[in-house]
Amino acid sequence: MKKGVFFVSFVASLFVAGLAIDAQVSFNRMLRASDEPQNWLTHSGTTMSQRYSLLTEITPVNVRNLELKWIYQVQSLEKFEATPLVVDGVMYTVGAPNDVIALDAATGRVFWTYSYTPSTLARLCCGRVNRGLAMLGHTIFMGTIDGHLIALDSKSGGLVWNIAVGGARPDTGYGFTMAPLVIKDKVIVGSVGGEFGVRGFLAAIDAKTGKEAWRFNTIPGLGEKGNDTWGGDSWKQGGGPLWVTGSYDPDLNLTYWGIGNPGPDWNGDKRPGDNLYTESVVALDADTGALKWHFQFTPHDEFDYDSVQVPVLADIAFGGRPRKVMMWANRNGYMYVLDRTNGEFLLGKPFVKTNWTSGLDAMGRPMNVKAPTAEGTLIYPGNQGGTNWYSPSFSPRTGLFYIPSWMDTYSTYVKRPVEYVEGQRFTGALPVMSVRMLQPGPLVNRRLPEEGHGAIQAFDPKTGERKWAFNMSDMTESGVLTTASDLVFAGGRDGYFFALDAKTGTLLWKASVGGAVSAGPMTYAAGGKQHVAISAGNALLVYGLR
Amino acid sequence: MRVRTSVLLGVLVAAATRKGSPYDQQTLAAQQRFQPAEIDAGGRLYTANCTGCHGPEGDGVGGLNFSQGKFRRGASDEDLIRIIVRGIPGTPMAPSGIADNQVATIVAYLRSMTAGNGDTAAGGDAARGKALVEGKGQCLTCHSIGVNGMHAGPALTDIGAQRRGADLMRSLTDPAGEVRPENRTIRVVLRDGRTLTGRFLNQDTFSIQVIDATDKMMSIDRATVRESSILATSPMPSFKDKMSAQDLADIVSYLSSLKGRP
Repeated sequence: MKKGVFFVSFVASLFVAGLAIDAQVSFNRMLRASDEPQNWLTHSGTTMSQRYSLLTEITPVNVRNLELKWIYQVQSLEKFEATPLVVDGVMYTVGAPNDVIALDAATGRVFWTYSYTPSTLARLCCGRVNRGLAMLGHTIFMGTIDGHLIALDSKSGGLVWNIAVGGARPDTGYGFTMAPLVIKDKVIVGSVGGEFGVRGFLAAIDAKTGKEAWRFNTIPGLGEKGNDTWGGDSWKQGGGPLWVTGSYDPDLNLTYWGIGNPGPDWNGDKRPGDNLYTESVVALDADTGALKWHFQFTPHDEFDYDSVQVPVLADIAFGGRPRKVMMWANRNGYMYVLDRTNGEFLLGKPFVKTNWTSGLDAMGRPMNVKAPTAEGTLIYPGNQGGTNWYSPSFSPRTGLFYIPSWMDTYSTYVKRPVEYVEGQRFTGALPVMSVRMLQPGPLVNRRLPEEGHGAIQAFDPKTGERKWAFNMSDMTESGVLTTASDLVFAGGRDGYFFALDAKTGTLLWKASVGGAVSAGPMTYAAGGKQHVAISAGNALLVYGLR
Repeated sequence: MRVRTSVLLGVLVAAATRKGSPYDQQTLAAQQRFQPAEIDAGGRLYTANCTGCHGPEGDGVGGLNFSQGKFRRGASDEDLIRIIVRGIPGTPMAPSGIADNQVATIVAYLRSMTAGNGDTAAGGDAARGKALVEGKGQCLTCHSIGVNGMHAGPALTDIGAQRRGADLMRSLTDPAGEVRPENRTIRVVLRDGRTLTGRFLNQDTFSIQVIDATDKMMSIDRATVRESSILATSPMPSFKDKMSAQDLADIVSYLSSLKGRP
């Protein structure tokens, strides 16, 4: 499997860069990540997943002086969706599908690369992509598109261990595209495959040994609670995939994960019932994987409204009292606020145009839900949803929740019969979409605004009120980064990366990056200077003040 | 979901504006089994993936004629889906690489092709059509064929490989009936009072790209724009009452012969 490990002048680079590399990332450091904002230790910045940085060197006043500091071009034509990690001056990222690169975060010079060749049997619905890494101690962890979890030495890129997680077979649709999440001594990763009739799972792997510590099946088996939400044997090909990183609340010792679509995607006739735990957030005991609570956003989904988003955790005043909340911008077009101690529904409002439901009841359950028909049903938002896997952000300073949004999209869903065949797509008829689903770069866009466009939107999670929107001509697959200097960084398919005023949405700076942004921005400090990094097209671009 | 090939921009809008087109006359069977949006989606996939060998009329490969419902190796929907997905070993028909859940839309389009097509260029004289296109019709004042002509209208160099005769006839007689997104005309009013009109080439959040009737390509900073609008009509005149039926058939015959090769 392993093609090569290249140790590129590592010792020499230490002298040149003058780095005092430690890179021993204890879990305690991750929990106290806000004490060291020069680093970016986990996929979403912290285990609370706010994608908010305390770095303030770049401000709304001087952001206009940002300039390109360095570029790293990956040897890959796949979409570049990874968010890098930065630990004590070293950046780690992934060139798709599964090449790990360690770089000098100040200069972009390569320390080492590790190239993994996935099995040719791997099959993915939506690209041979990877969204990033996790780290613990001196070890880097990467999930692969063919269902392996790989541990690498952070100093050399040397292989520590390589396991096929739970024997998941790539030829039947299993694989990993998410950045894993480290909790204590375990590495947690969940499988894709929702378009191939898999039975999704989340596995916790012992970071030292590679042994599986616990597993949570996203589709309950016979005799397990929730199995009765599936008609007949439909649970066996129930789907419930995962492909973005969850969150962790150390006080509650709960880890939160969003679960994707039921199979088949667009015809629910053979899976009568709510189809738990698809289209849900699950709260699990981080030590045992035991389910503590769940909240299902879209019961019996037939629109592929995967609830695979990053759970954003914050402690805010809600309804006049402090609450431990979870903010969730769902692909189904509704923004939710839940009490993360028990899953209580606090608020749910549409953040884009919706017509698939007449609204949510007092418990947050959608009412009068439409369905695909033989004649075709036109549904807002479209199949790609109001948002998707793109990381949202929460700024404790502004108190606003920032959502990468697909505005005014629609799809026509036609119900067609579908049978399960192992290893083949198990979906039903692909909806006809108003906007292309996947797009490699800034292509020609002649859409009218009413035919769909992208936006970064800011909402008050206490009320669901929209504070502002920054509209783009094309869609966006960019995550959002906020900083303590009240900046918002994001990008879009039309090939720009930009900074907005976090309070007003006013455009403060922009750069043409020559490729679609399909990744989340992050920020760090190296050489004593703040940098902002974004993957776009097939390159990683890093900006700093001139 | 992976989409390998363009699945239409604004297809439903386009379909909704296609009143009176041959799409309304698709065979009853096709209409009953497939939705207009599916047929339209399949048409785009067919144009992008199939016309190179099969041609827009579906008669590019000997022994086959999709417009006449003439297939060789099975004609059920399932047969066609299997052939498109897997290809035919030992023949130039390679596996398409198109997601299998999209292939059904191509079948929808193939079924729709059998309605009233393939006869519009019958009796046309391509040589005479060429003279009309280059002379009386003044087509090259907006369109290009090879290195000749202008670019405010869509290029016709390989239009015969892209569109069926029925489509071309419709464009000549009812040009506003269907304006594809790639052929839209945009009108931009600048803050300094000037008005620019041309074919809408591209846009991003901060700029608009246009080619005007003088063949000038422009990138317009949105900060300089007071207002802009996509025109609902086509700048192309209808030739329905300006040319005889024979002239039109001749032009369609000539355009259908344009396959992009010198």
